[in-house]
Amino acid sequence: MRYLPNSDSDRAAMLKATGCSSVEEFFDRIPSELRLKGRLNLPGPLSEPEILEFFRQAARRSTREYVSLLGAGAYRHYVPVAVNALLSRGEFFTAYTPYQAEIAQGTLQAMFEFQTLMTQLTGMDVGNASLYDGSTATAEAVLMAIRVTRRNRVLLARTVHPEYYQVLRTFIRHQGTEVQQVPYEASGQLDLAGLESALNAETAALVVQSPNFFGTLERTAKIAEAVHRSGSLLIVTIAEPLSLALVKPPREADIVCGEAQSFGVGVAFGGPYVGFLTAKEKFLRQMPGRLVGQTVDKEGRRGFVLTLATREQHIRREKATSNICTNQSLCALAVTIYLSLLGKNGLKRLAEQNLAKAHYVARQLAAIPGVATPFGGPHFNEFVVRTPRDAGELLADLQKQKIIGGFNLERFYPELKNHLLVCVTETVSREAIERTVEAFSRAVGSDHETENAAAGVELVEAALRRPVAK
Amino acid sequence: MYPQEFLYTKQHEWIRVDEEIGTIGITDYAQKELGDIVYVEVAKPGEHVAANESFGTVESVKAVSEIYSPVSGEVAAVNAKLQKNPEILNTDPHGGAWLIQVRLADRSEIEKLMTADEYEAYIQKEEST
Repeated sequence: MRYLPNSDSDRAAMLKATGCSSVEEFFDRIPSELRLKGRLNLPGPLSEPEILEFFRQAARRSTREYVSLLGAGAYRHYVPVAVNALLSRGEFFTAYTPYQAEIAQGTLQAMFEFQTLMTQLTGMDVGNASLYDGSTATAEAVLMAIRVTRRNRVLLARTVHPEYYQVLRTFIRHQGTEVQQVPYEASGQLDLAGLESALNAETAALVVQSPNFFGTLERTAKIAEAVHRSGSLLIVTIAEPLSLALVKPPREADIVCGEAQSFGVGVAFGGPYVGFLTAKEKFLRQMPGRLVGQTVDKEGRRGFVLTLATREQHIRREKATSNICTNQSLCALAVTIYLSLLGKNGLKRLAEQNLAKAHYVARQLAAIPGVATPFGGPHFNEFVVRTPRDAGELLADLQKQKIIGGFNLERFYPELKNHLLVCVTETVSREAIERTVEAFSRAVGSDHETENAAAGVELVEAALRRPVAK
Repeated sequence: MYPQEFLYTKQHEWIRVDEEIGTIGITDYAQKELGDIVYVEVAKPGEHVAANESFGTVESVKAVSEIYSPVSGEVAAVNAKLQKNPEILNTDPHGGAWLIQVRLADRSEIEKLMTADEYEAYIQKEEST
């Protein structure tokens, strides 16, 4: 964004045009009780080197020394420098798909490849050119299912990210859609019996997340059977798509959507994120957002176009399929570059590292007396830990030791008091793992020495050295 | 050009009424205005359609347009051929490319529709403006 300063003479000219003699007089018409008294609570001006130093120190304080086991929908993965170097090129550095799309063949090609990569990961036929984030992609998938089935009742697993659920409720607030949550069972997975009894002929779709908010993989094939028996659609949403490098894609679903931040978009305070939405081809015309298609020009050369735009809001106005006015082109491009850099085998290796480290940490934590991993279902790089202490206090203790120990589940699941959601990605080093397990052990008030810690680390390393299956 | 046994709407649909069943399509004028048609989507059998309300869409390379029902009633049949071959709407709009058949709920509604001669006069006026 450009910095547009205004000088004293600019301000004087603007005041003259408004007929006011001072800025104070200009704002006079705003009632005084609504106006800020005193100055903004900001530090004074700094020179450029001082500003750089300020941020350098702040960054050191806030992140560098910390171990983070925080996931819960946002995943910390290493971003190769090539991603940002390519993103910052002038040809790409815009968040918008151009309205006169065909002049920007490079952008369209990148979006086409993003769509292709997403469908390869999810096992679906068609994908769109991205949405804002995983939560809005999930809500759009629900609206799509309502259009396809012409039914107006939606089921949502309680193991779907609770903020996705909140966003969905906002989306459907004014269209009379009924939303019902389906409980989870002791394994931390969707309760299949509960699902059976909740499904009926009015149900447009079930939304299930896999790996779910607890990090547990859902039994999507069994779920799909039940959902399809009632003529409803299965929407699978995925917050950690790296899992797709190891887990069988949910081909039995009708729509697979989610969050792609894991792929080359670092975690930052508040975003940005990047949503994706893929589906079976028969639902193509009900898909929200932009779609890039491949075609040939009049000389037979490969080219790209925005396709099915006749259904979008700049042409169909209030009758548009969706009201997506833009997308996350730049972040989708980051995803495309990231996935291209890692390649199929690189992605698989990375996923194996995440799996091995997370399972190792889970075993180590569960070995601490009083600590357990209560959900038996299979997990990828995130899992739930039950502790003998209040989770909030435990996290505060760990934070004093520069460890962000996870996410306090009580915030969204009152019944899961003393439960933490812990995520371990490849960014958590072996030293960090050892430090964390020790600190955890002390914090829960146990003198327990982590048994076989060294042997465990060797196990992880063996897993990482194992050749990748083709 | 426009069959005498059909009745027509201002939104360029036609209807042929045989006893209680009305067969509905879009006119030759409509298909020409739309251009190459690539996709058709209509209400399902058993659903209710209302006079002057949309019962589906026709998608051409230029635009997606609503199709409005000339009458109210229950959908008795839809033309399955259009799912695979929507382009027949361009080649045979008054024959093989009918869209849906409706069981009429109120026969008096057809009295408000235009005859072939009235419709031709109407589109001539449309074209000259």
